Amino acid sequence: MTKIPLQFRHNGRDVAIFVDGGTNLLVALRELIGDMTPKFGCGQGGCGTCSVVIDGELHLSCLTLAESVAGRSVETLDGMKQGPNLHPLQRAFADNFAAQCGYCTPGMLMAAKALLDRNPAPSRADVVEAISGNICRCTGYEPIINAILAAAGGRASA
Amino acid sequence: MTRHRGRGMASINYPIGMNLGGDPSQALVHSNPSGKFTVALSSIDLGQGMKSVTRQICAETLGVPVEDVYVDTADSDTGPHCMGSFASRGTHRVGNAVMAAAREARGVMMEAAAEELEVNAADLETDGRGNIHVKGAPHRSISTKDVAIAAQFKQGKTISGRGIFLVPLSDVDPETGEMSPATCYAHACLVAEVEVDDETGEVAMVRMDSAYELGRALNPRLVEQQLVGGAWMGVSHALYETPEPYYPDPVHGPRDFVEYLMPGPGDICPHDIAVLERPAPDGPFGGKGPGEMCANPVLPAVANAIFNAVGVRIDDLPITPEKVLRAIKAQGGARPQARR
Repeated sequence: MTKIPLQFRHNGRDVAIFVDGGTNLLVALRELIGDMTPKFGCGQGGCGTCSVVIDGELHLSCLTLAESVAGRSVETLDGMKQGPNLHPLQRAFADNFAAQCGYCTPGMLMAAKALLDRNPAPSRADVVEAISGNICRCTGYEPIINAILAAAGGRASA
Repeated sequence: MTRHRGRGMASINYPIGMNLGGDPSQALVHSNPSGKFTVALSSIDLGQGMKSVTRQICAETLGVPVEDVYVDTADSDTGPHCMGSFASRGTHRVGNAVMAAAREARGVMMEAAAEELEVNAADLETDGRGNIHVKGAPHRSISTKDVAIAAQFKQGKTISGRGIFLVPLSDVDPETGEMSPATCYAHACLVAEVEVDDETGEVAMVRMDSAYELGRALNPRLVEQQLVGGAWMGVSHALYETPEPYYPDPVHGPRDFVEYLMPGPGDICPHDIAVLERPAPDGPFGGKGPGEMCANPVLPAVANAIFNAVGVRIDDLPITPEKVLRAIKAQGGARPQARR
């Protein structure tokens, strides 16, 4: 099969890869770029752990055709912390015990980041809505919601 | 269409561990020349926090900072034997094994320190900050790192310890059927409040209030995390999850994550939790562990709350809208019970 050349921005860095036609973005990120932070959960858009931000919008990378991000900007959890410093959301997740097994965490963090980037002072209902496409087995969501609200509050007062 | 509120309660006595083969778990503790300690376990931490709790137990027993202990888990090739992470046994069983191993390792560490300081080991104590000193004379001190180096390179000793937890196997009394399946029990009570729609049969959680007695909470934040999250696993089993909704007929079963129902962030409700600490005499530092019982009382409490709301008694899980609606129709309408 002919490979298709593909260029896009990955966490602020230009990347160029060759993909098979029909390859989804999750596979391209994990297997071709080596960014293992978007997780494979269900592979059909039902769990949210593969969530990434494309040009500021939250997307499920397992349902996104890799070719469709040509020339666009893709953000993943791998690009979230700045050097050795955790992103305020990551810090808030740790402080609020918002992860147990951790499998949903990358998707939750990306959904939260997409929310706070466009709405720095969300209500609790906004937060619930923002993570409603993400399944968590362990936490009961409450600590995750609290963590996102705490990160938003910290940012607002900073 | 009316939405009926109902409140239900459930209490549980929950066994910690079980009777299988004496329920053994082993732990090995050893120091590295850096003065840091490694705990080797086969037990598994799936996110419930056993790595954190065994680390605390080991550090506290050794008398060293918690940062100086590393827990290596989940490798049954290289770790000592463990029955496993189930039966709510991790904190209690594995914790006891770690405590025994750390106690033995501490004995060797104190002997090695005594040799370096030229005193009797019985006269030494740890300061919990990485130093060992003569009781009443803190200036006569040596760091655990220097002790580890001396043991390794000068004295030819391994600062190590072995630990096992094992209970006498309890056989079944042939006359009465009596046996002792567990050594200690944790207790809980949970009140669930629900709202039942008598037109659709849908059940929404309104709030939960619970009290848990689980020995000493060795890591209070992790205990709270377990109780908050586990309750929603209980709600999920009570109202949503099943691979075979018409069991034993396998029809209409979920085929994937999209069809397999679980609560989402929009389904949760406030949950007020009280943790009562009554240290277990045979637990590590009094701990029993929250384990599975964080999910268990939710199921009967929700079933009771639904009965209280609309007067139907569903004894088949999960309690789907279809079952509620059929039961309401069968009795000729919702019959709210007295609210207490």
